[in-house]
Amino acid sequence: MEEGRPILHMKDIHKQFPGVKALSGVQFRLFPGEIHALMGENGAGKSTLIKVLTGVYSIDRGQVEMDQERISIQSPQEAQAAGISTVYQEVNLCPNLSVAENIYIGREPRRFGRILWKELNSAAAKLLEERMNLMIDVTKPLHSYPIAIQQLIAIARALNISAKVLILDEPTSSLDRVEVSQLFNVMNKLKSEGLAILFVTHFLNQVYEISDRITILRGGEFVGEYAASALSRIELVSKMIGKELELLEELPKMSSLDGNGKTGSELLLEAKSLGRRGSIEPFDLSIRAGEIVGLAGLLGSGRTEAARLLFGADSPDQGSLKIGDKGSAHTPRQAIDNGIAFCSEDRKGEGIIDDLTIRENIVLAMQASQGWLRTISKKKQSEIAEQFIEALNINPPNPDQLIKHLSGGNQQKVLLARSLLTEPRLLILDEPTRGIDIGAKAEIQKLVMSLSKKGMSVLFISSELEEVLRVSDRIAVMRDRKKVKEMTDGEMNEQLVMKAIAGGGEE
Amino acid sequence: MFKRQHLPIIVTLALFVFMFIAGSFRYTGFFSTQVLLNLFIDNAFLLIVAIGMTFVIVSGGIDLSVGSVIALTSMISASLLQEGWSPAAVIPLVLLLGSLFGSGMGAIIHYFKIQPFIVTLAGMFLARGLCYVISTNTITINNAFYTSVAQTKVYLPGGNFVSISVIIALLLFVLAFYAAHYTRFGRNTYAIGGNEQSAVLMGLPVARTKIGVYLFSGFCSALGGVVLTFYMLSGYGLHAIGMELDAIAAVVIGGTLLTGGFGYVAGTLFGVLIQGAIQTIISFEGTLSSWWTRIVIGLLLFLFILLQRLFSSRQLLQKHRA
Repeated sequence: MEEGRPILHMKDIHKQFPGVKALSGVQFRLFPGEIHALMGENGAGKSTLIKVLTGVYSIDRGQVEMDQERISIQSPQEAQAAGISTVYQEVNLCPNLSVAENIYIGREPRRFGRILWKELNSAAAKLLEERMNLMIDVTKPLHSYPIAIQQLIAIARALNISAKVLILDEPTSSLDRVEVSQLFNVMNKLKSEGLAILFVTHFLNQVYEISDRITILRGGEFVGEYAASALSRIELVSKMIGKELELLEELPKMSSLDGNGKTGSELLLEAKSLGRRGSIEPFDLSIRAGEIVGLAGLLGSGRTEAARLLFGADSPDQGSLKIGDKGSAHTPRQAIDNGIAFCSEDRKGEGIIDDLTIRENIVLAMQASQGWLRTISKKKQSEIAEQFIEALNINPPNPDQLIKHLSGGNQQKVLLARSLLTEPRLLILDEPTRGIDIGAKAEIQKLVMSLSKKGMSVLFISSELEEVLRVSDRIAVMRDRKKVKEMTDGEMNEQLVMKAIAGGGEE
Repeated sequence: MFKRQHLPIIVTLALFVFMFIAGSFRYTGFFSTQVLLNLFIDNAFLLIVAIGMTFVIVSGGIDLSVGSVIALTSMISASLLQEGWSPAAVIPLVLLLGSLFGSGMGAIIHYFKIQPFIVTLAGMFLARGLCYVISTNTITINNAFYTSVAQTKVYLPGGNFVSISVIIALLLFVLAFYAAHYTRFGRNTYAIGGNEQSAVLMGLPVARTKIGVYLFSGFCSALGGVVLTFYMLSGYGLHAIGMELDAIAAVVIGGTLLTGGFGYVAGTLFGVLIQGAIQTIISFEGTLSSWWTRIVIGLLLFLFILLQRLFSSRQLLQKHRA
């Protein structure tokens, strides 16, 4: 790639939060017509850098140049005006407004202040069809479409602003394969039109598939900028995590090490033709003590729905469920009493409480199970929190840090700590590694396996095949809200699972 | 063009039509254009206030100060008129004061990130208290302009009539309807009610819109106060006590979600008319105490919030399935 002039140049950026140095001396260059991947572990400073660029945070020191001119971005409006558009990991649109309105709000076609709805709707339909290959009713409210489509709509909105720089923050984390390739087509098209794209993802395949250049951050510091073609995967990973690679390499062996001897152990949970109309078709599933059962399948294949039935969050309308020697749980509370813990995939919405500290978030479930009258002393709380911070390697290791200042992976670890504190017999993990980086992923996988060694059963839900294969003793494959296949250790391999997920042919 | 999101407003409309028809069958003399118009005449100021409230609730907030602002408006108007001020100065002045009061609360809510409930609660006490600073007694209005407006009947074809208040209320209604659906201000209000964080990230002028919403509500309260003053021909610190709750009830019965982001100005119109219809039916009934109005409104509110719950949980289900 020729060295033209960067459209965007960030130099020596510093940003500090109370107790956390989020960015120190970071630089970043973005050239027109390139796709540039920003890589780093959780807490490396990717999100902070993006928020600085989009005006959500202001910087303490450093400068940002756009087209050789120094700019200072104080608000999202100013970022947009400067030509920087962003699509965030969580779709940041208004679910109550129509699709068309979400694309055009703030820039509606108007005559004498009157919004021209007809023009707006037809322009939106045209934009989605031409640029995103999406043919949908644009007058319906956004919430009536699945997340993947909402994501494309968010990108359409970003495109429609006369953007010079497009930031895609984890755009693919909730898309399936077809949608990802659709997105990549759009990205390549935009790149050829001269747009500069900053792309953040945790999927290494995608980085190499689409990006021209890679910038790596680690612990809030700049590691380096490389051409994608000149950086091998191993190098990339080692630069990101800064540790030896042993960590990752020893992982695949782990599940086979202790895969034996579990078939004989006691049955912990048994579901027989358990189902719920409109949610998931009847399925059988049994989990033994100390076993890790993987639930594989694409997004929306019914994995979460199955887990919610097991946990009692939704009530089944047919079938039976036995937990230990007890009957099924009708409420999450009963499930918790029966020794089941559930970690939701929706960290933000269903899990963490932003304005509480690490310590408070961890002891929450324990407090609930103790009843509100018997308080846990602050000293005890801190002890517990510190114990988990150490065990799970939570960063920053300060129990009184507000959880909203933590990176996604560390928030996930806090959630995990909360579930573990209740000493469950069965831990349901719904996408525990979504949106977090390799280092943290490896740590969480390792943790899951060590838990199972201690006799805890785990239901491990993930859309990353590799990961499911690595940790599970047994895998149940879901497709189209049906359980389609179950495989045990001996017969599990990537191709077979993939085949089952993809369907077609025999089941 | 029927859409599912119009369902709540259709329910409200159907309920109003049903009540009117039921009343017509039960009471002789109920089924007439004038009875219908009287609903407007008697509730013009409620409609005005409820329109402002609709914007506030759609934006995800609440305004508890409206009743007090009405009373304060009536007090200021009455006392200034007593001093010999001209209505041409008094009316613009109170409208300005109401708007300022509203925008002040809006600014506090936005910039200090304080819940609207508590800010407007403080506003409610403040405005109500200020009434008694002016006077603890009723101040009657003898101003020629006010009395003539109060007595003027605007005749419609067919011999029926409305008051000037109704015309003001309907003009405001048309303006608000247009603003809600055809202006950026209106759409931004819905966006903020849908997801304020997103609205910020989408680059919408959240501060301006939020303050604008409370300004509009303050303006509507003051306008409602002016109209009430026409109706009552007095200023009094006890005017419009609990009015904010009537307005909220009208908005909710009109199908607006208290969580924000969803609702229609037109729904509010029918919400107000339903409240009026209940009162009319009870007065036609003759033997029932007027407190039955409250009982019926209470029951209706329960019904409507349950309906909203059903409506929104079905939407959630739809989302899960998609």
